[in-house]
Amino acid sequence: MKFVKHLAGAALALGLATSAMAQDKTKVGFIYVGPVGDGGWTYEHDKGRQAIEEAFGDAVETVYQESVPEGADAERAITQMALQGADLIFTTSFGYMDPTVNVAAKFPDVKFEHATGYKTADNVSTYSARFYEGRAIQGHIAGKMTKTNTIGYIASFPIPEVIRGINSAYIHAKKVNPDVQFKIIWAFTWFDPAKEADAATALIEQGADVILQHTDSTAPQAAAEKAGGVITFGQASDMSEYAPLPRVSSIIDDWGPYYVARTKAVMDGNWSTVQTWDGIGAGMVGIGEITDAVPADVKAEALAMKDAIASGEYHPFSGPLKKQDGSDWLAEGETADDGTLLGMDFYVEGLDGEIPN
Amino acid sequence: MMDLGSISPTLLLASLMVAATPILLAALGELVVERAGVLNLGVEGMMITGAICGFAIAVNTGSPTLGFIAAALGGAALSLLFAILTQVALANHVASGLALTLFGLGLSALLGQGYVGIKPPATDKLDIPVLSDLPVVGPVLFAHDPMVYVGLALTLAVWFVLNRTRAGLILRAVGENHDAAHALGYKVVRVRVMAILFGGACAGLGGAYISLIRVPQWTEGMTAGVGWIALALVVFASWRAGRVMLGAYLFGGVTVLQLNLQAAGVALPVEYLSMSPYIITILVLVIMSAERNRAPASLGRTFHASN
Repeated sequence: MKFVKHLAGAALALGLATSAMAQDKTKVGFIYVGPVGDGGWTYEHDKGRQAIEEAFGDAVETVYQESVPEGADAERAITQMALQGADLIFTTSFGYMDPTVNVAAKFPDVKFEHATGYKTADNVSTYSARFYEGRAIQGHIAGKMTKTNTIGYIASFPIPEVIRGINSAYIHAKKVNPDVQFKIIWAFTWFDPAKEADAATALIEQGADVILQHTDSTAPQAAAEKAGGVITFGQASDMSEYAPLPRVSSIIDDWGPYYVARTKAVMDGNWSTVQTWDGIGAGMVGIGEITDAVPADVKAEALAMKDAIASGEYHPFSGPLKKQDGSDWLAEGETADDGTLLGMDFYVEGLDGEIPN
Repeated sequence: MMDLGSISPTLLLASLMVAATPILLAALGELVVERAGVLNLGVEGMMITGAICGFAIAVNTGSPTLGFIAAALGGAALSLLFAILTQVALANHVASGLALTLFGLGLSALLGQGYVGIKPPATDKLDIPVLSDLPVVGPVLFAHDPMVYVGLALTLAVWFVLNRTRAGLILRAVGENHDAAHALGYKVVRVRVMAILFGGACAGLGGAYISLIRVPQWTEGMTAGVGWIALALVVFASWRAGRVMLGAYLFGGVTVLQLNLQAAGVALPVEYLSMSPYIITILVLVIMSAERNRAPASLGRTFHASN
C-alpha cells in the first residue's frame, strides 16, 4: 500500500512537472494528408516541422498526425490537436480548408495556417507556393525533349492549384514544340502509389514519353523507370533517388523558413493573419538539379527562365493567351493577376478534354 | 480528341491482371478466414507488412521468389498476433482486426525506413518457348509474371478445398456453427488459427505484389486501402472463390480501363469514369448473388469451449 502511495505521488509530481514544462513550450501541430515517408508533399512538410525543432530546440514541441483524410474526419483530427494544447496548427492540404476554418472558430486563441487554400479568419492564415513557376520550366524541358510529342500528366483533384500547373506546363511545352499534345489522367487521389503507377503506365502505353505528376508519391517515377525511355520530374520533393533518369529535374517545396518564421511570430506574440504566396524568387519553390540527361542548351534555357522568373522579369502567364474555348484571356504584354490565378477553373487554348467538376 | 486506337488490347489486358492480382490474393485469404467464422479486419495491415517484408528480402537477396516467400511469412506472422488475441484471449474480432491494421501500418513504416528509393530486383515474366511467342494468344495467356498464375491457381485450389474435400467441409462447419463442430470433436480453435495464418500469408503475398511488381518500390502506406477493397469484395462475392476472382478482375479491369479511357480522351465525364470500378463491380456481384447471399453463421462470433 505504501508503495502504491509513493508511486501515485511520484506520478502526480511527474504530471505536474510535465504540465508546467508544457506551459513554457510553444506547441506546434501539423495535419498531413499522406504518410511522412511519401517521398513527396508530406515528406517536405515534415522537413519543415523538423526545421522548427532545429531552430528553437527545447522551446518548442511539435506534434503531427499523418494520413488524415480530407473532409469530415479532418475536423475531428484538427479539434483533437487544438484540445491537446497546440498553439499553432498547420493544416497542409487543400481539402482541410473548411474543417480548418470551422475548428478555428471554436478555438480563438489557437493560430491556424492552412496550405493552398483561400479562406482566412482572425486566427487563420493561408500560405502556398507558386508551383506553376516550376511547371513552366518543366514544360519547357518536356516540350524540347519529347520524341513522341505526347506528354502524360497525372492530375490529382480539379482544384485551381492543379489546373494552374497543367496550363503553365502546357503553355511552355507548346511554345517550344507546336506539335505537343497533353494526355491528362485525373487520379482523384493525392496519395495512392498503386493507382499513380497504373496511371503512369497507361499514359506510357499510349505513347507518352514524358510524365508530369501532381500526386504525392514517387510511384510514377518507379513506373517510368520500369518502362524505360521515359522522363519524369520530381514533384514537391527532389525525388533524386530516381536521377539522372527517369527524373531529370524537380520542383521542391521549401516550407522550413516559413514555418520557422510563423512559429517565431507566435512565440513573440505578434502573429497576424497573412496570405502568403511565394515562388522561386522568395525561395519557397526550388528547382532540383537538372541532370545530364537533358541536353546542355535546353538546360541553359531552363536555368535562364528560372532566373527570369525569380527576378520578376518574366511571368509564366504572359499574354497573348486564349482560353480553351477560344475567347481572349490575356492581351499582348499583359500578365495574369493573382485573383484569376487563385481561382483558375479553365484550360488555356490547345488543351483537350474537360475539367471535371 | 478521342483516340481509342492508342489503347493496345494486349497491353491493357496485362495491366488489368497486374491491377487485379493483389486484390485477388488478399480477398481469397480473407474468404477462407471468414468461411471459418473469423472476421479479420486487419487485411490492410497484413498486406502492408507483406509489402515491406517481401521488398526487403527481395532487395537483400536479389531474389523476388524469396521476397514473396518472406512476404507470406511476414503476413502470417502478423496474423498470428490476431489469432492469439481472438482465439486464445477471446478478444473482439472487429477491435482486434482494426488494431492489427494500425499496428501493421506502423510496423511497416518502421521496417521500411532504409528502403525508400531503392529499386527491387525485377520479377521475370513467364517465357515458355513457342507458347509465349504465339501471336495474340502468347502475350495474352503465357507472358505474365508468375504471381498472376499463382493467383488463378489459388482461386481454383480454394474452391476445390472448400467444396470438394473433407478439410473444407470441416472448415465450413466451424464457420457455420462452432458449437456443433466442437460437439462433433473438431478442434475449432486449431482450424481457425490455421485459416487465419493462411489469410495472413495471402494478404502478405498481395502486398508484396504491389511493392515488387505493380509499382515497384517501397513507400510508406503504399497499399492505400486495397485491403479494405478486398474485404468488401469477399462480402459482395457472397463468400465464393469464383466470384471473388470475377470481382477482383472486374475491379482491376475497370480501374485500368478507365485510366486508359481518360488518357485516350474519351468524351465521358471523368467523375463517372473514376467511380466506375466501384459501381460496376458492386452491381455485377449484387445481381449475381441475388438468390442466396448469406454470411457464415458464426462469422465474427467468439468461441469458447465452455459455451
